[in-house]
Amino acid sequence: MNILRLDINGLLDCLSSWAGGQELYGPVKDGWRRISRDGLEAVVSIPPGAPKAPIKTFFLAQPETLFTFSARHGDDDAWIPTPPKEAPNRRVLFGVRPCDARSIALNSMPYRDDPYYQARMDKTAVVGLSCNETCSTCFCKSVGGSPYGTEGLDILLTKADGGFIAEVLTSKGEGLLEKGTGTPAGDGDMARLKALRDAAQAGTSDTQALSASFKAKNLMQLYNARLWQGLSEPCLNCGACTFLCPTCYCFDIQDEVVRQAGRRIRYWDSCMFPLFTLHASGHNPRGEKIKRVRNRFMHKLKYFTERFGALSCVGCGRCIRECPVNIDIREVIRDLLSVE
Amino acid sequence: MTKNPYLPYPARIDDVAVETEDGNIKTFRIVFENERDRATWRHTPGQFAMLSIAGKGEIPIGIASSPTEEGFVLFTVNRAGVVTTALHQIEKGTRIGIRGPLGNGFPVDGAMRGKNILIIAGGFAFTTLRATLIYLLAHRANYGKITVVYGARTPGMLLYKDEFKAWQGLDGLDLNVTIDREAPGWSGLVGFVPTITERVAPSPENAAALICGPPIMIKFTMPPLEKIGWQDDQVYLSLENRMKCGLGVCGHCNVGPVYVCKNGPVFTREQVKKLPIEF
Repeated sequence: MNILRLDINGLLDCLSSWAGGQELYGPVKDGWRRISRDGLEAVVSIPPGAPKAPIKTFFLAQPETLFTFSARHGDDDAWIPTPPKEAPNRRVLFGVRPCDARSIALNSMPYRDDPYYQARMDKTAVVGLSCNETCSTCFCKSVGGSPYGTEGLDILLTKADGGFIAEVLTSKGEGLLEKGTGTPAGDGDMARLKALRDAAQAGTSDTQALSASFKAKNLMQLYNARLWQGLSEPCLNCGACTFLCPTCYCFDIQDEVVRQAGRRIRYWDSCMFPLFTLHASGHNPRGEKIKRVRNRFMHKLKYFTERFGALSCVGCGRCIRECPVNIDIREVIRDLLSVE
Repeated sequence: MTKNPYLPYPARIDDVAVETEDGNIKTFRIVFENERDRATWRHTPGQFAMLSIAGKGEIPIGIASSPTEEGFVLFTVNRAGVVTTALHQIEKGTRIGIRGPLGNGFPVDGAMRGKNILIIAGGFAFTTLRATLIYLLAHRANYGKITVVYGARTPGMLLYKDEFKAWQGLDGLDLNVTIDREAPGWSGLVGFVPTITERVAPSPENAAALICGPPIMIKFTMPPLEKIGWQDDQVYLSLENRMKCGLGVCGHCNVGPVYVCKNGPVFTREQVKKLPIEF
């Protein structure tokens, strides 16, 4: 791993080169916006916390065209599926918070063999910005992350002493930097990074402890816990939590035909909706709200953890910030851990 | 990445047979358009596939033919939603898409081998069990005695009537086809599946049972089996849930931590009992 020191002009040079050579995206206000060469100032001062729009939008496209087909009956190739020919464009995501970067790494586990997801991963470089400041809803540290975490990133920038310390983490990250960018970081920079990381971890429990605790819990005891009734009562099943969550990755598949040109698309779906599980017979295995609310939390905290070894939550706090009835996943975690 | 798991193989509907008197259940014989797809298709009884109708969508349907029946794949489909309704309306020769095979299937070459087999089915749930029965009969020496209990509301609602006639009297095969109530012209068994099961169920000694049907049938079929010593790990059930990807990703079919599409659809009753009732 290569560690560099960059001043603000050095960073602007990098951004300018990325905005020119490929697509550059950064957090602007609530969303992710394409950044042009003359709009670089917009991304060099990013407010604390993760933007409202989740980073998954770059990997789980809205919608993803799985294939196209002709729906004209006379055509010889009517219905023959044709996968999209255009590969995704190369792009750099800048200013990604370590929690969001970690969500990319977590989602890559269920999508390991998914050609569409992997094609987008291949074309994307992720440049992170660590969190010297956090929000009241941030809780990355309690779910195994860190404000200075590097998981899912190609480069991590940390603001220090009027400039940036750049940790170049992958060969893709190396490829982003032109020769002569920045200066090699000195011992002082290294010490500064270590001090920041240590201070962030101080007073927090072992990062593996939470997933281990959830793995050790009996599944049906958690499922039958009394807390679900009270928790689900105020829920509107609006799905805001699942759409904003960077690690909610469920999708629906539908066919669309416009003027006899058809496509099969995949787009975000939510287990908060009754239709999500409705059978054609009318039977619905999660027809009641309590079952849907329970499924969302059980998937994040227990089912995913059993399958992949980590919680499917990165502590970004979006669901806490945006829930219209103030459901707080931190309280759910606390209450579930006390279930005997 | 060897292949894109979302791309269906182009196939054609080669034949359509109406199975039931209400016309709501049809069996579709499907042939692959590309020789390469036909040659590489391998499935196990109990697996399912996604059927695509252009512009309508995709649905998971259990494979009704045995891998020993070569050159085509059979699907017996109940008309229920958008895609199955479209499928019921299209004509012979129409191109559709098929994606799969998906799921795990019955352990015909694993835990079932060398054992006596009890097959219990109700209504139109006999489809993947037809695949299984034909497979067992094709590899007769690998299995012991086969007992079948199959029930429907009326004689006209029974699937595969001609085949049942042909299976009648085969050595080592005990067929018990029943209808719910007396009907004119019916000389066979009358009574619900659990009642008939109680009468004919074999000993659980060196045996495996496959049960498919409405949940209420399964619920009442278990006590008579348990009474004579059947254990939950000898009983295989096939679950159903709404599905989209069939690959264990999209999240629609999960029952607790398992995905019906990928970890199932076949589970032992022992496994099912450890899961939330979300199917």
